[in-house]
Amino acid sequence: MELSGITRTYDTGAVHVKALRGIDLTVEAGEFLAIMGPSGSGKSTLMNVLGCLDRPTSGRYLLDGIDVASLARSKLARVRNRTLGFVFQAFHLLPRTTARENVELPLLYREEELSWKEIHRRAARALDQVGLADRMDHTPNELSGGQKQRVAIARALVTEPRILLADEPTGNLDSRTSLEILALLQDLNEEGITILMVTHEPDVAAFTSRTVRLRDGLLRSDRRHDALAARTAISNWVDEDEDDAPHTDPTGPGPAAEAAGVDA
Amino acid sequence: MKLSAIPYSAIKALRRNTMRTLLTALGIIIGVGAVITMVGLGQGASAEVREQVNRLGQNVVLVFPGDRQLGGVSIGGGSANTLTVEDARAIRDEIPEVVASSPEVRSQRVLVYGNRNWATPVYGQSQDYLQIRDWPMESGRMFTEEEVAEAALVGVVGQTVVQELFEGADPIGETVRVRGLPIEIIGVLAPKGMSLMGSVQDDLMIIPYTTGFQRVSGRSHAMVINVQVFDEGSIPIAQEKIRDLLRERHRLAPYQDDDFTIQNQEEVAEVATETSRVMTWLLGSIAAISLFVGGIGIMNVMLVSVTERTREVGLRLAVGARAPDVLLQFLIEAVILCLLGGLGGILMGVVATELIASWAGWPALFSVEAMVLAVGVSAIVGIFFGFYPAWKASRLDPITALRRE
Ligand SMILES: Nc1ncnc2c1ncn2[C@@H]1O[C@H](COP(=O)(O)OP(=O)(O)O)[C@@H](O)[C@H]1O
Ligand SMILES: [Mg+2]
Repeated sequence: MELSGITRTYDTGAVHVKALRGIDLTVEAGEFLAIMGPSGSGKSTLMNVLGCLDRPTSGRYLLDGIDVASLARSKLARVRNRTLGFVFQAFHLLPRTTARENVELPLLYREEELSWKEIHRRAARALDQVGLADRMDHTPNELSGGQKQRVAIARALVTEPRILLADEPTGNLDSRTSLEILALLQDLNEEGITILMVTHEPDVAAFTSRTVRLRDGLLRSDRRHDALAARTAISNWVDEDEDDAPHTDPTGPGPAAEAAGVDA
Repeated sequence: MKLSAIPYSAIKALRRNTMRTLLTALGIIIGVGAVITMVGLGQGASAEVREQVNRLGQNVVLVFPGDRQLGGVSIGGGSANTLTVEDARAIRDEIPEVVASSPEVRSQRVLVYGNRNWATPVYGQSQDYLQIRDWPMESGRMFTEEEVAEAALVGVVGQTVVQELFEGADPIGETVRVRGLPIEIIGVLAPKGMSLMGSVQDDLMIIPYTTGFQRVSGRSHAMVINVQVFDEGSIPIAQEKIRDLLRERHRLAPYQDDDFTIQNQEEVAEVATETSRVMTWLLGSIAAISLFVGGIGIMNVMLVSVTERTREVGLRLAVGARAPDVLLQFLIEAVILCLLGGLGGILMGVVATELIASWAGWPALFSVEAMVLAVGVSAIVGIFFGFYPAWKASRLDPITALRRE
């Protein structure tokens, strides 16, 4: 992925909001990138452009050598379906629809049609990959937040994308569950999927291998670092859990915060 | 995209709001139901008209006074004073193809029997009338030519009169009073049922026209002359000859229009079918309007549905749905909704037709064509009214759609 001079201006009647003012960024295959920055700095806007959900006002965006900034709407839909997978802060699962059917959704829009058998098989495999093989027939309101986000990740994975885009995937989750999701993302990254993740929490960014910071629509820093292993953090947490009175404060400051402290 | 997934998810979406789906479909159900009912009753009515025309009698030609237009005033309602008893007699005696004729007058009169009254149409006819109408007697006899000649005070009555005035008892030999005249009942007619225009044909009394004209109706001229022709093939010639004869008898100059109208059974039938056709059109347009209103209901609900499911649309777009995929999804949903309405409408139409038919004693005919048409029309309504909401959904932008609460 190669972005050069990307800008995005929102026209809201009288005011023009310059959400991105010239982003240059190159992401190599296999990276796990965190996009950080304060609220309103343009993280989501950048993510939408990267995810081909939105077209930049100006600039060039090469995805696998193709300039996607100029593609037509329906071509962009193909790219989203084939190359990209999305995970949202708000999960965006279809209500009253089973986990399996939610995961199958992207497969229904594939260019080359699959048999129902194949669709079911792939959905089952994706759910197995995120550890929810036993929750296939549950609807979202029968699932916990973490499980919902796993279903959403399975939905993103089911098309076997090369790039996973996640906009604050842990924003609606407690620390323990966040860690589990991060561990899952790390596993996926190790299997070769490029991951771009928006977060405004430094302790979440710590689990990635590269962090870029946005402020007022411009990239301010770009730093590569060693990823903390979320697995280890979870096992530490479990140990502590056994030491302390169990389950007293699941949302309290967890090892993620401590881990970030170590990194800082 | 995977096309077989569309109807599945459409039905799922419709089932999610069962009540709303039913209420929306109701508009279409009523529209289609109305169409089915109208067509069913309309076809039943035309079949009945045919049947009735056949029962009008054998090879009958009717002569009305005045210049009646086809499809104009009601049958037998002639009011001009141009046809005389002598005209009727001349038609029978001078035209070889004519085997019988009967000058007719009709008036609503009160029959008095003991302390009971019954108002009924009293007809003055010739002795040949029942033969012309192909109308059998149930008991007793018809009056004779001699009784007509001497203006006898005798009459035959229909079933309704027997029921109402005599409470079902045998009336033969009894005397009823009409305008002070004592009329002896000498015969009872076999039941005949409804007429072309839906009146009860069994409610009547027939007396010799010699008595009927002046003394009962107070009229000097015939309201219609019933004529029976020898066979079907002779009807056109007979009509022509009747026309020539009457023009001559009425001393009409060549430049003058006929002062009478001759209609055969077919033409009478056309008048009746014309009337029922107008009715069918009228009711048909009501049905069309209700389908239209139902369609607007569909559009309304689909717009609401698109708004409610904006996020769903956003998600589908994000994971790779293209605009036509989204369009198709909502369009199919609207069509399925309409088809549900169409099927419900057929059911309702069949039930309503049966009810109306049994209540009004009208025969009903169901045609497969009408049902296929109804389903086709409701699908078209679905496409027509579902298109705008579906198009709106397909124009959504994935980011804005996902962000919408
Ligand atoms: N659809 C939009 N219309 C107008 N302004 C927008 C829109 N989306 C985002 N913005 C503006 O663009 C800026 C960047 O927003 P965003 O990318 O969502 O920031 P972040 O995700 O970093 O919080 C903000 O000032 C926001 O108000
Ligand atoms: Mg944001």
